Amino acid sequence: MNVTLKVWRQEGPSTPGGFVTYDASDISHEMSFLEMLDTVNEQLVAAGEVPIEFDHDCREGICGTCGLMIDGIPHGPQRSTATCQLHMRKFRDGDVITIEPWRALGFPIVRDLVVDRSAFDRIIEAGGYITVPTGSAPDANLVPVPKDASEAAMDAAACIGCGACVAVCPNGAAQLFTAAKIAHLNLLPQGQAERWARTVNMVDTMEEFFGACSNIGECTSACPKDISLDFIALMNRDYASGKVKQRRLTGQH
Amino acid sequence: MILDSKVPDGPLAEKWEGYRFNMKLVAPTNKRKFKIIVIGTGLAGASAAATLGELGYNVDVFTYHDSPRRAHSIAAQGGINAAKNYRGDGDSIFRLFYDTIKGGDYRSREANVYRLAEVSNEIIDQCTAQGVPFAREYGGLLDNRSFGGVQVSRTFYARGQTGQQLLLGSYQALARQVGIGTVKLHTRAEMLEVVLKDGRAVGVVVRDLATGEITTHSAHAVVLATGGYSNAYYLSTNAMACNGTAIWRAYRKGAYFANAAFTQIHPTCIPASDEFQSKLTLMSESLRNDGRIWVPEKAEDPRPAAGIPESERDYYLERRYPAFGNLVPRDVASRAAKQQMDHNKGVGPLHNGVYLDFRDSIERLGRDVIETRYSNLFEMYERITDENPYEVPMRIYPAPHYTMGGLWVDYELMTTVPGLYAIGEANFSDHGANRLGASALMQGLADGYFVLPYTVGNYLAKYLNTDPVSSEDPVFKDAEREVNDRLSMFMGIKGSRSVDWFHRELGMILIEYCGMTRNRPGLEKALSEIPALREEFYKDVRILGDSETLNQSLEKAGRVADFFELAELMCRDALNREESCGGHFREEHQTEDGEAQRRDDEFAYAAAWEWTGADSEPTLNKEQLVFENVELTTRSYK
Repeated sequence: MNVTLKVWRQEGPSTPGGFVTYDASDISHEMSFLEMLDTVNEQLVAAGEVPIEFDHDCREGICGTCGLMIDGIPHGPQRSTATCQLHMRKFRDGDVITIEPWRALGFPIVRDLVVDRSAFDRIIEAGGYITVPTGSAPDANLVPVPKDASEAAMDAAACIGCGACVAVCPNGAAQLFTAAKIAHLNLLPQGQAERWARTVNMVDTMEEFFGACSNIGECTSACPKDISLDFIALMNRDYASGKVKQRRLTGQH
Repeated sequence: MILDSKVPDGPLAEKWEGYRFNMKLVAPTNKRKFKIIVIGTGLAGASAAATLGELGYNVDVFTYHDSPRRAHSIAAQGGINAAKNYRGDGDSIFRLFYDTIKGGDYRSREANVYRLAEVSNEIIDQCTAQGVPFAREYGGLLDNRSFGGVQVSRTFYARGQTGQQLLLGSYQALARQVGIGTVKLHTRAEMLEVVLKDGRAVGVVVRDLATGEITTHSAHAVVLATGGYSNAYYLSTNAMACNGTAIWRAYRKGAYFANAAFTQIHPTCIPASDEFQSKLTLMSESLRNDGRIWVPEKAEDPRPAAGIPESERDYYLERRYPAFGNLVPRDVASRAAKQQMDHNKGVGPLHNGVYLDFRDSIERLGRDVIETRYSNLFEMYERITDENPYEVPMRIYPAPHYTMGGLWVDYELMTTVPGLYAIGEANFSDHGANRLGASALMQGLADGYFVLPYTVGNYLAKYLNTDPVSSEDPVFKDAEREVNDRLSMFMGIKGSRSVDWFHRELGMILIEYCGMTRNRPGLEKALSEIPALREEFYKDVRILGDSETLNQSLEKAGRVADFFELAELMCRDALNREESCGGHFREEHQTEDGEAQRRDDEFAYAAAWEWTGADSEPTLNKEQLVFENVELTTRSYK
């Protein structure tokens, strides 16, 4: 199959960018989307043109490194699928495909399709952990965790931190990412001691970098791991409670 | 040089405790006077950096990713082993030790493996307390499953994303330290050289991948946690950026490289679909708990799986290895699959796979049970192949996956360069000639959380109240210049072929002659073809753009250049090892029924290679392996 690509090229964070059109010819249906880009890059190198820079690594949909806006949709047209797991069989011969980097103020462009998502690390550093100095943990079976609670925590923990939720959000908000981590830890008995401080600190840090949430819900539809919008409700509830909670009394229940 | 493994005296079960009592300590208030560099933020690197930070050391941690959470540990699916014996099925620390030694085909160091088994239980405690959502029973306690090569259920798992959850656990512990300020995090920062002064490791040279800036960093000790080198094969299950540069640069500075030929070819990967394939995707070994592996009995059978009656299917693993069946260790399963392929029994459009069939399990347990266990793996398979594994059997084929070889380290995980440590997959220590499933995560976290943070103190104690070597010192200036010269050299070649082209060519040579089976003529051929290709690379590689910006071709060029040399060492090591053991199968050395034939009299050693310069052959140093607690037997899974 042959497709036409309109790719965002930008030399650096502060240089203006623009779309450049490339023909991707003799593309196999079996190729992944990124293998198609590899092929285009090989052709560019052969022609003496600087190849397109894009972030990618595991190519198994788990590391969260890759992420492209494909025809205006983060990770492209297939639901619950990261860019690297998208295959060309989802496109048709003759398609014109627009490829852009994540579009969000919180994610400045590094070059071409590569963006800087380090704000996500700052949110985790603000409280996205359970404090357990190495060696101080009790036996793993000492604290039983109800299976349903454990499964819910795992649903939230499945977030790969790719940033699609921010990229798709008209507000450039990072609520889904932040809520996923807060829910993962707040739903577990192990996470209770730091629950209120964690929630308040992470949300406050998030707001330094990202826009506000207005409950549109695009984030969950763009998420390659189907992280549920419900976790945002959970985060909002814990944030409100965390603001008024008498933390000195939280050891009582 | 005589290799001193520094294994403590005393009975096996008391060595680690004895070591910890006898080692020198650094007092809590003195720890902040020491600076430690950690390279890599996978399970080993992140857990080490976090723990060292907690202890009070000043830590600088570097990753070439945009975030520490991206390291390839994240892709491990199936699980992590521990000797908890929560099933009450006869497991113990000694059994985990024994299984690991046997699984590694008696080519690992007893004392290290025993320590690994000992700390395995603490890892599960640590990770559970951190909030790793391991699978649980309805009563709220932890669940387990089985993995290849063992007869107990000792594997803890978090759906099919165990590596992800463990990495997030250690990433979060690391993030906590970064927030507190004990650890300084450097992202998009690739280590390109180790710096030595008077034979000791004193720092590193790093390139900022976004800006191209070269910086030097000095410290009292340097820890390499940079993973394995399966990407030398080009097509492997490793992530695209995984590389051997850090350990190779260390090797060229004097760290010995051990057992380079011990590579693991993982049996359950999705077969390649075309020539443009950029990597191979692994399907967790845990699938072998419920899937049955088979091929058509008749060669070149054109019928689809459903059209082949039960009587004409060959469940070859169950037939050949009744005791372990589909759960034989990885090396055995991979070779058996290759043999089917060699007999033209491969299935799928390119005849490059064997079936992994869930029909019987779905009938026995119901689709919903299979769904809870493997839904994410099944979905991933369907996305890649467009086939529904609930209805048609999966197709799988072996692919390069893990490298047991790596930098030689002693009991303290120190390389032959004082002050330079290697942890996790980057070292050679625990898995011998074959790694058992769910043991890589265990080793990465054991080294990072529970071993290195102790042993590094024993080295640092003698440097109390000495400053790290100044980064203005000539050794740093020289190293920085070397790095800059090398980058300019790559940029200046201006040839005609892309870096990927050379990498693919190298991979084809390596998988052909140093893959699942090896023989002398093949290895000799590889040893003449690889240098020729390398020479071509230095004449004809084309890197466009410039070096003062993000330039992924330039990054790859350095990594592929090092893979050329590493690939040569792999072949040389394979040629030297005139026996078959674990993942290293020399066709000249097999039993009548095609099983691996070890030669313990001559080869019960770790081969530690020493760099002697670009134009001369490396020197072989041997660490004789002493087995006092297990008897060397022929590994049988029948």
